[in-house]
Amino acid sequence: MDLNYTPEELAFRDEVRAFVRDKLPPQIARKVIEHKRLVKDDWVTWQKALYAQGWIAPGWPKEYGGTGWNPVQRHIFEEECAAAGGPRVIAFGVDMVGPVIIAFGHPWQKERYLPRILSSEDWWCQGYSEPGSGSDLASLKTRAERRGDHYIVNGQKTWTTLAQYADMMFCLVRTSTEGKKQNGISFLLIDMKTPGITVRPIITLDGEHEVNEVWLENVEVPVENLVGEEGRGWTYAKFLLSHERTGIAGVSRSKRELAFLKHIAAEQTQGGRPLIENPRFRDKISRVEIDLMALEITVLRVLAADRQGRPPGPEASILKIKGTEIQQALTELMMEAVGPWALPHLPDSWGDHWLGERVGPEYAAPLAAQYLNFRKVSIYGGSNEIQRNIVSQMILGL
Amino acid sequence: MDFDYTEEQQLLEDSVSKFLEKNYTFEQRRSIVASRVGYSATAWEGLANLGLLGLPVPQDRDGFGGGGIETMIVMEAFGRHLVVEPYLGTVVMAASCIATAGTDEQKQYLLPPILEGKMKFACAFTEDGGRYDLDHVATTAHMDDGQWVLNGSKSVVMHGAVADLLIVSARTSGDVNDRNGISLFFVHPAEEGVSGREYPTYDGNRAAEIGFENVRISGDSLIGAADRGLPLIELIADRAIAALCAEAVGCMKVLNDATLEYLKTRQQFGVPIGRFQALQHRMVDMVMQYEQAKSMALLAAVKVDDADPVERRKSVSAAKELIGRAGRYISQQAIQLHGGMGMTDELNVGHYVKRLTTIDTLFGDADHHLDRFAQAESAQPLNVTAFERPRAKWRRI
Ligand SMILES: Cc1cc2nc3c(=O)[nH]c(=O)nc-3n(C[C@H](O)[C@H](O)[C@H](O)COP(=O)(O)OP(=O)(O)OC[C@H]3O[C@@H](n4cnc5c(N)ncnc54)[C@H](O)[C@@H]3O)c2cc1C
Ligand SMILES: Cc1cc2nc3c(=O)[nH]c(=O)nc-3n(C[C@H](O)[C@H](O)[C@H](O)COP(=O)(O)OP(=O)(O)OC[C@H]3O[C@@H](n4cnc5c(N)ncnc54)[C@H](O)[C@@H]3O)c2cc1C
Repeated sequence: MDLNYTPEELAFRDEVRAFVRDKLPPQIARKVIEHKRLVKDDWVTWQKALYAQGWIAPGWPKEYGGTGWNPVQRHIFEEECAAAGGPRVIAFGVDMVGPVIIAFGHPWQKERYLPRILSSEDWWCQGYSEPGSGSDLASLKTRAERRGDHYIVNGQKTWTTLAQYADMMFCLVRTSTEGKKQNGISFLLIDMKTPGITVRPIITLDGEHEVNEVWLENVEVPVENLVGEEGRGWTYAKFLLSHERTGIAGVSRSKRELAFLKHIAAEQTQGGRPLIENPRFRDKISRVEIDLMALEITVLRVLAADRQGRPPGPEASILKIKGTEIQQALTELMMEAVGPWALPHLPDSWGDHWLGERVGPEYAAPLAAQYLNFRKVSIYGGSNEIQRNIVSQMILGL
Repeated sequence: MDFDYTEEQQLLEDSVSKFLEKNYTFEQRRSIVASRVGYSATAWEGLANLGLLGLPVPQDRDGFGGGGIETMIVMEAFGRHLVVEPYLGTVVMAASCIATAGTDEQKQYLLPPILEGKMKFACAFTEDGGRYDLDHVATTAHMDDGQWVLNGSKSVVMHGAVADLLIVSARTSGDVNDRNGISLFFVHPAEEGVSGREYPTYDGNRAAEIGFENVRISGDSLIGAADRGLPLIELIADRAIAALCAEAVGCMKVLNDATLEYLKTRQQFGVPIGRFQALQHRMVDMVMQYEQAKSMALLAAVKVDDADPVERRKSVSAAKELIGRAGRYISQQAIQLHGGMGMTDELNVGHYVKRLTTIDTLFGDADHHLDRFAQAESAQPLNVTAFERPRAKWRRI
């Protein structure tokens, strides 16, 4: 047993660190670190820099453009990117649909879509959830009827993250209403410019436009855009959900947030002393930090098991639950740390080109909205209740 | 011991509820929040007509003569409707401050316009760097040629920009964090040297940064005794806190009712989600938190009128601490149990969550009041009768 990095791993870390220092634009890093609003360009710029370096899709097999890194290298890579303020690589293409296409897609689909995912030419969104089908995803109703060499798709998707930017959507549709509901689901790749698709914004409680409704009315999708076999979409969807195991905990990002929290708590004062010296507040920070230390080791344990070739399992649920609880605790403490300065709501000041006056310290402005926004992380990607159900059923046999 | 409302209190509860059901629906409130001024002149007039603007003012001054319980009744209803009117600053704080510590002239000139809805107030106590400490006062006031001269600035003054008159804490002696040497003044916002900047707060209210640069105000602008304003400030803040606790309880009630309803109607896996025991127990915990919060709001409402400041401060801080925690729990679970719907601006849930979250921040969060509770025994007593009453003539505004 050895919890230290090997000399090779340390050398790798330095290589990544140098790359990030050279290629991550400071104005983007600053937005990420200070919780400012990112625009499409910010993500794409960073993704293109990673692409140019050949590092955009570390999780892919090497022959498709992956890096061939082992899990510890991937962990180091994520650490370095997150610590420096690199935006998250938008998961829908690289982490979600990419691996599905690689595993189950037709050669022409691989040829067409994989390069465009790597180069950020296509922005993907995830069309799973529907108004009546959230946790019970398998009950989805969006219909796809085969007519000649097309599917005619009708229905409504919702909560579709950043669909306003999307060129493509991977979409679960019902191709059969017979038998078990899971067996009538298929996995389609849909061009968002197809006639009949309407994207409507859903404004969230923090006032932001991040999610959308996607309406599909007689949308014609070529049959060749079906991934794998008709009726097997549920299997592919589940593959996708359990595939991404390490990123889900968000340890690296939480470490960055923890550092920022400490920074804020050192700046803010109470009774003339830095807030971080207040034992009550300091203890709260320490407790999250300890939880985060534990989670990091848990992630590395799971990775190590991975390296020994054990297939992905339900421990991903544990990482998701614990990781999101820590993320939420951090946003909560940041908001608490700034006290009354959390109250002013000047969302324009979180974007580019704000020339107006500020109220209170610059770092305080987005923190209440961020706290509110992060309530989502225990809801999406399979709610934390559903994750607990998975653990109790799949791991504990209850 | 008697937990029932009197007939008069019941009447108050009925009339304020009826008024808000008609004039402060969720959609009406949305347009009030989006309006230029951020409050409703019509609603304000309605509150005046109901006599609610004189709630804490004694009957011999034409007020309602209400105490903590009456304030609780009104504020709980305000919480259920997410009222954004400048009521806390004007009525719960300013009117009660004037009624408690004002001179005869101050009462005579200031209370009638408040009651009639012609005058709104904001209390400017907090400063940058002071966090929640009311004794952190760097703004100064000194006497010059029979006038007070103010310098400094106040931060996150709720409804500061709609106030016709400000109540400002300023230091007349001592150092920034001294408990002695603080005084309270009426300051007209149109006075030369007063600058302000208004902005929205994330719960749909408004606040302001207010600066004072060599602001000269008349010698009789002082409220209570010079240098000994802190006990009065703390009394007024405690009244505000007790009121906010009641408002929070109103918000919690709506969130719990909405969540329970959702558990019964939202179907997943072919059953209402309320059939899942994990959610049932969560809902039970939310209800328990609510009941505990309601009890503490009640305690605070009674004890805020206690003559013993130690008793008052202990109960009020205990209530604020518990309600901070309960509000956090109920808010987070209400969103969680609504799933994606809970994240939307469209549903009312998020708006109640935002107000509850703000209430925790106003006048000190749960941690702040945990400290204050623990230290309550060493409080400095407020001796209202010892206030020196300035004799000078008060100028009509
Ligand atoms: C910000 C955000 C972004 C999203 N982005 C996307 C996206 O890009 N693409 C996409 O397809 N979807 C997306 N989603 C949707 C997300 O996956 C769903 O919100 C989630 O699956 C929950 O579904 P629901 O909202 O319908 O809640 P429901 O399923 O109705 O759940 C309501 C509550 O009941 C609980 N519950 C349900 N069933 C059980 C059970 N059996 N046992 C115990 N508790 C239960 C839930 O945990 C929750 O607390 C996003 C959601 C959000 C909030
Ligand atoms: C110190 C002590 C004094 C007692 N005194 C008396 C007495 O004077 N007279 C008397 O008659 N009995 C008495 N009891 C017995 C007591 O009432 C039982 O222990 C109790 O009813 C639980 O039953 P059980 O021990 O069989 O546990 P179980 O019923 O087997 O429960 C085991 C666990 O499962 C949980 N559980 C069970 N059903 C559910 C469900 N539907 N949903 C969720 N969780 C569930 C329980 O909460 C518990 O955590 C006493 C017990 C103790 C420990």
